[in-house]
Amino acid sequence: MSTFVLLTITGLGLGAMYFLIASGLSLIYGLMGVLNFAHGAFLTIGAYAFWFTETKLDSLSIWPRFLLAAVVAIVVTTAFSALVELVMIRPLYGRHIEQVLVTVGLALAITALVTAIWGNDARVIAAPKWLGETTTVVGAHIPNDRWTEIGTAVLVLFGLEAFLKRTRYGLIIRAGVENRAMVTALGIDVRKAFTLVFAIGGLAVGIAAVLSSVYFSTVDPQHGTALVIFAFIVVVIGGLGSLRGTAMAAIVVGLVQQYANYYASSGLGDLSVVLLLGLVLLVRPRGLSGSFA
Amino acid sequence: MALVEVRDLHVRIGESHILQGIEFDVAEGGVTALLGRNGVGKTTTLRALMGLVDRAGLVRYDGADITHMPTYKIVRRGVGYVPEDRDVFAALTVDENLRLAERNAEPRYDLVYDLFPELRERGKQLAGTLSGGQQQMVAIARALLNDNRVLFVDEPTKGLSPLLVSEVARVLERVSELTTVLLVEQNLGVVARVARDAVVLDTGRVVHTGPAQELLADKPMVQRMMGVG
Repeated sequence: MSTFVLLTITGLGLGAMYFLIASGLSLIYGLMGVLNFAHGAFLTIGAYAFWFTETKLDSLSIWPRFLLAAVVAIVVTTAFSALVELVMIRPLYGRHIEQVLVTVGLALAITALVTAIWGNDARVIAAPKWLGETTTVVGAHIPNDRWTEIGTAVLVLFGLEAFLKRTRYGLIIRAGVENRAMVTALGIDVRKAFTLVFAIGGLAVGIAAVLSSVYFSTVDPQHGTALVIFAFIVVVIGGLGSLRGTAMAAIVVGLVQQYANYYASSGLGDLSVVLLLGLVLLVRPRGLSGSFA
Repeated sequence: MALVEVRDLHVRIGESHILQGIEFDVAEGGVTALLGRNGVGKTTTLRALMGLVDRAGLVRYDGADITHMPTYKIVRRGVGYVPEDRDVFAALTVDENLRLAERNAEPRYDLVYDLFPELRERGKQLAGTLSGGQQQMVAIARALLNDNRVLFVDEPTKGLSPLLVSEVARVLERVSELTTVLLVEQNLGVVARVARDAVVLDTGRVVHTGPAQELLADKPMVQRMMGVG
């Protein structure tokens, strides 16, 4: 029983990270039709910003150092995402092939740049001791960082939903996911919403960068690319543009990965997720949510 | 001076040359009907005026060249648009659809609810669950919410029952007292009821302009130009 509980909470923690990465991808695709292949590189940038800031603040005690570095990482990814939208994506709306080429190129360039500056070696993250300690639930000793991941993802989900439901920009984004041209025909400069959605995606991925760095204890140049593959799977399973669908899919993918790795065979988790993707595409081609946001 | 002037307007979509240098004016006040058979470019004309498709030529609104202006800027100058097929946001409520359209500090909800009292009652309902007629009300209401100087209205009676067609005509009559309307419409009964001027398109060209009543009284000409009599 305790093993099952541990696997479940760990799976939910992994799912929480997938959600944080995938929510931005899903909103960006839903509103703009842009498949942002550079999203994983944004995660890498956030993780390195987090690690780099931590190393520069080593005179501080661990909690302020950790929190300040987290804030810097989130600010960096948010600003970088918005900048990428303004400079590289905006001139290419409606030109999907060029968008794919630009975002893939950017992902490769960022990974190469990070490798050139800091090398291929993994860098160790310093995290507060409490995050590595465990809390016992039904006999299972659950690392506290799993609870942090789950709690943060839930907060981000509710925060994003409140933003989408209660603010004018949220309204514009929800309408834009359905019919972008009609939004502009109501006199709304939808490009501002595009930049905002990229920034929101950057913010969520910045949070994911911090949490994933803690989860894996290290960062390396492939940090983002490895995780973003599962985020793309989550987006497709959840239904493009649907936040709730993305959350559901992230939980399912995280749990399936954990259960398959333990109960079937170590390494089968990734394969199970790909099989799950195939199954969902066959049965519900528009994803679990079955509709857009 | 005309409120909207269209000169040598061309639209190409893929290999098709949809609008081939059309020219017409929309005078301020009243309804100008844009008529023609199916597929002659009426909807494309409205979309071109709104900046929703790539176009070449000249479109002047209130004396200003808006040919290369993005859609949202054209709208902010006081242009309202009611698209073909309504294009309401199905996943938003009626209230949210209207709120999204607000541009002025004092949106004209009194006018909207006076014309469409049903929308007040259905404010919390998802627009996607409304009937075609109710969706049309939302689409027209969005354009009326702001103090627009001209409305481009695309086939508002399409797919509606005769009772609702008459209701839409009544609304158009009322709207035309408040603002200028450029109306694409296939129902000649509605055109006869509301339109002052008419512009007839055929295969991407303007083939007739003049008073609507004169045109409609000339049955052979209507038959020849629009395939109906």
